[in-house]
Amino acid sequence: MSSTTITRIVTVRNSQGLHARPADLLVREASQHNAAISLEKNGYRVDCKSILSLLTLGAECGTEMSLSAEGPDAEQAVAVIADLFECGFYELEQAE
Amino acid sequence: MKFSDFICENAIRAELTADTKDGVIAELVDSLLQAGEIGADEKADIIAAIMKREDLGSTGIGRGVAVPHTKHASVDKLVGTVGVSVDGVDFNSLDGEKVQLFFLLISPPERPGDHLRALENISRQLRDETFCRFLKQSKSTEDIHQLLEEADNNQFAS
Repeated sequence: MSSTTITRIVTVRNSQGLHARPADLLVREASQHNAAISLEKNGYRVDCKSILSLLTLGAECGTEMSLSAEGPDAEQAVAVIADLFECGFYELEQAE
Repeated sequence: MKFSDFICENAIRAELTADTKDGVIAELVDSLLQAGEIGADEKADIIAAIMKREDLGSTGIGRGVAVPHTKHASVDKLVGTVGVSVDGVDFNSLDGEKVQLFFLLISPPERPGDHLRALENISRQLRDETFCRFLKQSKSTEDIHQLLEEADNNQFAS
């Protein structure tokens, strides 16, 4: 089975941005997949399975990034992680 | 955002005495009180808010580091402190390891960007093994302050 890279643009939708809790969610989800998963912002790419790396993005609300996954379950990984971004890491309902 | 922009020098604590999660958080919040960064009547509320955030998910992000934090209306700018525990404290960290380095942050509710930039700076510097190691080995507040200054001057992670 060939290993292709799946890429998708994701946007940070929650007002608090990619702080510790969303980063934790991302790491937990990414770690469940075999694929190598990364996020890229303005040419700077980080490993989605490393919370410290994710936090270095300092991605505020509205930030667009490129999500990539390479490996056998890349498509599924991208789909699930893109969903996390889409629902604002479950923070969209909060008034703050 | 540099450490000097949000870490209160007078609130830095080397050799934390507490050995529990509750104890460390109380000790760090108290250090901010002693430094005049928070009010005495806010202290209990702030500690409770930080513990509530911990209940949502440990801020022990691994590699012996934790970033306990909360938003609080009583501060009008981001205030933070650094604490080092020699023996480490059990913090329910993501990697199961004890935590030795604590960056406690209290941010104004309407400015999430400041908190995020502080996290960005902290995590970026901590990716440097040397910086991490030196901080954990710090014995005095002067040591810690000096390390933070060197980090701000890009002497560690670029």
